Amino acid sequence: MKFAVIVFPGSNCDDDMVYAIQEGLKEEVDKVWYTEESVADYDAVLLPGGFSYGDYLRSGAIARFAPVMESVIEEAEKGKPVLGVCNGFQVLLEAGLLPGAMQRNKNLKFICRPVQLRVENNSTGFTKAYESSETITVPVAHGEGNYFCDEKTLEQLKANDQIVFTYQDDINGSVAGIAGIINEKGNVLGMMPHPERATANLLGSDDGLKLFQSILNHWRESHVLTS
Amino acid sequence: MSLLLEPSPEKIKSDKIYQEMGLTDEEFTMAEQILGRTPNYTETGLFSVMWSEHCSYKHSKVLLKKFPVHGEKVLQGPGEGAGIIDIGDEQAVVFKIESHNHPSAIEPYQGAATGVGGILRDVFSMGAKPVALLNSLRFGELTSPRVRYLFEEVVAGIAGYGNCVGVPTVGGEVQFDPCYEGNPLVNAMCVGLIDHKDIQKGQAKGAGNTVMYVGASTGKDGIHGATFASEELSEESESKRPSVQVGDPFMEKLLLEACLELVQSDALVGIQDMGAAGLTSSSAEMASKAGSGIEMDLDKVPQREKNMTPYEMMLSESQERMLLVVEKGREQEIKDICDKWGLICAEVGHVTEEKRLRLNHKGEMVADVPVDALAEEAPVYHPPSTEHAAYKVNQQIEETIFHLDDMKKTLLDLLQQPTIASKEWVYDQYDYMVQTNTVVHPGSDAAVLRVRGKNKALAMSTDSNSRYIYLDPEAGGKIAVAEAARNIVCSGGVPLGLTDCLNYGSPENPEIYWQLEKSTDGMSTACEELNTPVIGGNVSLYNETKDGAVYPTPVVGMVGLIENLDHITTQEFKHAGDIIYVIGEAKPEFGGSELQKMLEGDISGRAPFIDLETEKLRQTQLLQAIQQRSVASAHDIAEGGLAVAAAESLIGSGVGAQMTVDEDAVAELFSETQSRFLVTVPKDKQKAFEEIVPEARELGIVTEEEALTIYSPAGKIVLQAEAEELESAWKGAIPCLVKSKD
Repeated sequence: MKFAVIVFPGSNCDDDMVYAIQEGLKEEVDKVWYTEESVADYDAVLLPGGFSYGDYLRSGAIARFAPVMESVIEEAEKGKPVLGVCNGFQVLLEAGLLPGAMQRNKNLKFICRPVQLRVENNSTGFTKAYESSETITVPVAHGEGNYFCDEKTLEQLKANDQIVFTYQDDINGSVAGIAGIINEKGNVLGMMPHPERATANLLGSDDGLKLFQSILNHWRESHVLTS
Repeated sequence: MSLLLEPSPEKIKSDKIYQEMGLTDEEFTMAEQILGRTPNYTETGLFSVMWSEHCSYKHSKVLLKKFPVHGEKVLQGPGEGAGIIDIGDEQAVVFKIESHNHPSAIEPYQGAATGVGGILRDVFSMGAKPVALLNSLRFGELTSPRVRYLFEEVVAGIAGYGNCVGVPTVGGEVQFDPCYEGNPLVNAMCVGLIDHKDIQKGQAKGAGNTVMYVGASTGKDGIHGATFASEELSEESESKRPSVQVGDPFMEKLLLEACLELVQSDALVGIQDMGAAGLTSSSAEMASKAGSGIEMDLDKVPQREKNMTPYEMMLSESQERMLLVVEKGREQEIKDICDKWGLICAEVGHVTEEKRLRLNHKGEMVADVPVDALAEEAPVYHPPSTEHAAYKVNQQIEETIFHLDDMKKTLLDLLQQPTIASKEWVYDQYDYMVQTNTVVHPGSDAAVLRVRGKNKALAMSTDSNSRYIYLDPEAGGKIAVAEAARNIVCSGGVPLGLTDCLNYGSPENPEIYWQLEKSTDGMSTACEELNTPVIGGNVSLYNETKDGAVYPTPVVGMVGLIENLDHITTQEFKHAGDIIYVIGEAKPEFGGSELQKMLEGDISGRAPFIDLETEKLRQTQLLQAIQQRSVASAHDIAEGGLAVAAAESLIGSGVGAQMTVDEDAVAELFSETQSRFLVTVPKDKQKAFEEIVPEARELGIVTEEEALTIYSPAGKIVLQAEAEELESAWKGAIPCLVKSKD
């Protein structure tokens, strides 16, 4: 399986994402520069964390217009797996691939710490390797991770099982404790916690590995079916 | 046009305008003699910034020469952007610490942020990838609203910059004392990794080679920042707010990535950060180090606004800029890399044989000065030195004997002292995990980072106890180095070397100069004894306000090598049943201690005694025990003494401890006697451990019950506290103080 890690100016978790695929998953991965025109040759697209364009406007608001995003959106619409982590999640929101928006954390400060997450939906292509309602430890590191959406959207998210991860404790003020959501189709996941930082026990947790493993397993299944 | 507004050389001399720029009458005369004429306005500016304390170390040079700077593993000592030490496998660690005190006193967010930016550039201009940031902060008491403002903004500034650039802030220290009320200390340290083959030097070699400018354009911010940093803070300092630079971490991130690509190109001859004194210091120093000169056309310098004068361009400290020397004819290769990262890149001059800095502007030569005069030949002062009056008084004070009625209350109170209390509120705001190498998080004795792809790790720590140094500069200087090494050893590392940031008051005050002299003597002795060479650093003097000088605060930033990932050790107790030991016996030493400060409101008396041979022996033995896997946890006994160390080892560990202490429980639990460690050992390793560390005394056992219980030799309970009580006192103190609204 071949992964693309999109690199915007100011991305800073791109290397960590690459290591997670190379060392954790032992699969192929390329960094794809934001000016590239196509990601069609890849089996999955990963939008890493960081401060794209410094996040001097709203987080992700400028990256959403980077040349490569046109192809990312196109591939997402075709059903290719797309994962956005932290700033990557913010970019997905700005690009309209996922509903809702981010506000500053309720304490108005950047928060970096390992947090406990609950796997709310383990039937997606990103979470099949987890147990239902499993509690996992994955770090967060964000200043704007306070997820917001209107009530109608929240009802839809709940009705369609689109809430994939929630925080065990309210760390940032997110609506319904939302840490990660998926699109209706089930191929675009955005999450504030960093699974790529939880890929080795030496670093405190390897609970993030199962997420990448799920993507691979899902791809293998569908690949076998189609070929 | 604007040149016409600048005063003529005659007027600079007759009206003593040079004094406003920080030059003395004698220094101006020296500049005249060097040039053989009276310097013009721009040239006077060049001399004034390059001869400022901040750039020239004119009051401290003599003392810095005493530091041991050599060692078999030292690849680069002081004099470049940062020092370098070999760690094997053709890799090396690059690190340096620097102050940003004065800017942070005036504009705390930007002052702290640009402090981080500057130290990052010092490291990546050596060709190294920055892998970690640390800091050392000092503030007044958090009961003051102004101090809370400074504290919150400094932390936010460090976070805002480091988090965005993507270099983890993995450790540091924060202490609070009234002497820092108007003059906080903000020291930032950066650690980088490099392959030997990539090591760069800031040298302008090869006449005819091209001088290139990369990064942000030059604005009018930070003009005379280096001079501002070289005088006392006063009520007028607020008017120098324009001397504080504004940081752009996004630009820094682009510059960092571009530089890491640039150093891979053999078209690059030399590279240096435009830090303090900006374009002036980078050009003069690069030329001076290479024995060459530089001629620049200032019209080609990228400018943020129109009609900037040569004076403004040369003295601006706009951030995120680098000066490069590039092999002639290969400029395009450099431009291509800069283009990729969207960075401005301009050819601004060339290297010359003649060792002069020549500046042209609008068709005229506006400065022509020998580079060595600027970079190397600043006047060197040997200021008079007089024993500090407080020292003599304190040496004669008899040791106070404290009688404590309630040991538990004393411990809980100590855990809430801001200097001891958990700094989680601070490091929660720092991204300490990005780059995914952080094995031991902030809040431990030392931060530990794995070296990716190798079975080894780096340990790093910043330390200084300025109270001891104030009471006894020489002993305190030794302790600062020893404690940093202790922290490295406790984490399983071999101390490699250190970088220092010397924060003092005005060296022109003989008592302050004496503090500087004695404390650096103490540090030098400890460096020799512990085999930790000084590979670079920074001096920040004139840290004083009308209320007086700060305590002498030489901050030590130390890096160690953990030779095997299995050696990584943390302070938390691990398993019920492990045996608790103390290495080193306590004496009733309370001068400068947290207990004294808490009970008496101030510090007095003698600093704790330190014997470096004992220190070295214990560190060597403990490290050996760790390397032989006989140790489950190790923690140095520092501020607050054994009781605080035990509480810190217990909090969050999920286990508890029972210990029996000596008859003099107050000394055993709260004294700050040096060279002591609290260690736990698995039962089956007990014999092996005792053989390596025969001096260790068994204190008790790690328990399943999550509480700390301390018994007297007669078996009476001296102190008993639930882990939860200890934790809420320790963790709650700073959030509570920050929220108070008086």
